[in-house]
Amino acid sequence: MARAVSTQRKALNTTVAWTIGLLIFFPILWTILTSFKTEAQAIASPPIFIGFDWTLENYAVVQERSNYMRFLWNSVIIAGGSTILGIIIAVPAAWSMAFVPSKRTKDILLWMLSTKMLPAVGVLYPIYLLFIQMGLLDSRAGLVVVLMLINLPIIVWMLYTYFREIPGEILEAARMDGASLREELLYILTPMAVPGIASTLLLNFILAWNEAFWTLNLTAVDAAPLTAFIASYSSPEGLFFAKLSAASTMAIAPILILGWFSQKQLVRGLTFGAVK
Amino acid sequence: MATQHSRSAARLMMAPAVILLMGWMLVPLTMTIYFSFKRYLPLRGGDLGWTGFDNYVRFVTSTAFWPSVQATLVIVGGVLVITVVLGILLAMLLDQPMWGQGVVRILVIAPFFVMPTVSALVWKNMFMDPVNGLFAHLWRFFGAEPIAWLSEASMTSIIMIVSWQWLPFATLILLTAIQSLDSEQLEAAEMDGAPLLKKFYHIILPHLGRAITIVILIQTIFLLSIFAEIFVTTGGAFGTRTLTYLIFQRVLESQNVGLGSAGGVYAIILANIVAIFLMRIVGKNLDA
Repeated sequence: MARAVSTQRKALNTTVAWTIGLLIFFPILWTILTSFKTEAQAIASPPIFIGFDWTLENYAVVQERSNYMRFLWNSVIIAGGSTILGIIIAVPAAWSMAFVPSKRTKDILLWMLSTKMLPAVGVLYPIYLLFIQMGLLDSRAGLVVVLMLINLPIIVWMLYTYFREIPGEILEAARMDGASLREELLYILTPMAVPGIASTLLLNFILAWNEAFWTLNLTAVDAAPLTAFIASYSSPEGLFFAKLSAASTMAIAPILILGWFSQKQLVRGLTFGAVK
Repeated sequence: MATQHSRSAARLMMAPAVILLMGWMLVPLTMTIYFSFKRYLPLRGGDLGWTGFDNYVRFVTSTAFWPSVQATLVIVGGVLVITVVLGILLAMLLDQPMWGQGVVRILVIAPFFVMPTVSALVWKNMFMDPVNGLFAHLWRFFGAEPIAWLSEASMTSIIMIVSWQWLPFATLILLTAIQSLDSEQLEAAEMDGAPLLKKFYHIILPHLGRAITIVILIQTIFLLSIFAEIFVTTGGAFGTRTLTYLIFQRVLESQNVGLGSAGGVYAIILANIVAIFLMRIVGKNLDA
């Protein structure tokens, strides 16, 4: 891996890469910094980078005014619920495709992937109508189901690629020893599959947390998650940069941290195993 | 080998996922196709009967249609060019030996994890605001007149925001591909004194071919349906009304469901054309 290079070359690489990295990260950094300023400092000209009076006031105001906790809770329930439900449905499917493959396995996998390609806007009204008729509009349950369905293909795929890496001989050996299907699942497969399941859980939680088509169109007040909470800041009212920043920081911080753990899974999950 | 018993068990285990996705695909799709042949205005008389292909004709002949196709193509094309070109350069840079590689990687990937409404609003206000945005400060510092980004340069602005969101994805995939490149091959080329550009054209680019194709296809599918970025910035004004946004407006804002559904069918066909190519590559990889 590491090719031998001169220290000079390495120093140059480091400088250039760090500069570009910080430039790309800057909007996030700037948002976090601004969230600790007063509104007046947030729009000061010239802009203040570090030398301002740090304050937590914006966080207090945002919590107070918009009941931030309710939006956060909705995000947690919707993203968490849809991911867990998806995993429960996908594990058996992925297991059987990885260990008892048939002629149709490939077709089924590709077909599942094709449902992911269906543009959401093409089925917006039918879903909207069904939601009204079933009383699911602006409900967390409805969104849990929809987000589970849109992520199910990715969940099945990711689990499938992880399960396929588990050597089949181990299962055969267990079967020879007379292990039942239940025992096979519980004592052999599960321990080996836990890392893959955890990665899948993580990436799909992130995808569901950030989903911003269905969450914006199918919620109003009660079930609105953080995506909708932030969108409500799109019509400004007076001085609001610092408050917008505080709200934004609170909405992205948890997922930014989770996201850093999921870099590798991102490639696997979003390229459907086509890039390794 | 699998026994008859385990085969039927396998089928049973697959059933919930298959049935759910089948329902998710067929039910709304059938409804969209059904509505697309109707004159259906929920707020103005409801179901006014069958109209044949009327909606399909009206959707493409409306004055908003071609501009929306153009806006879609410009945004998708612009973002693809920017993210792929910068992504290749960035991936090659990140593959070089350096100090703090892990941290730089994290910095570069971070935008991907920011929810679309946040990135759109942060860019719109804190960077592109014509009075208080950072760009305005920067422009004034150099003695230039600040730009009202989202109204005067609306397309450029949207492309910038979306590119910022997707550059990490392209970079990460391409970096993964570059890292699988046989370093001996590169070293041999270096020994032979091959100049950087030659190395790039003859070794790196061919190796990245498949990864680039995949980045383009996957991003196209996601980019065709960007919504939140337009919803919270321009609301479809200033020439940024994409096909997706146009359909959204027809269906939910003006509640012309028949017309919007015909548009939806067009969007589905468009997405499927891209999807076919992607599925071929993914399918080939499954055999390997």
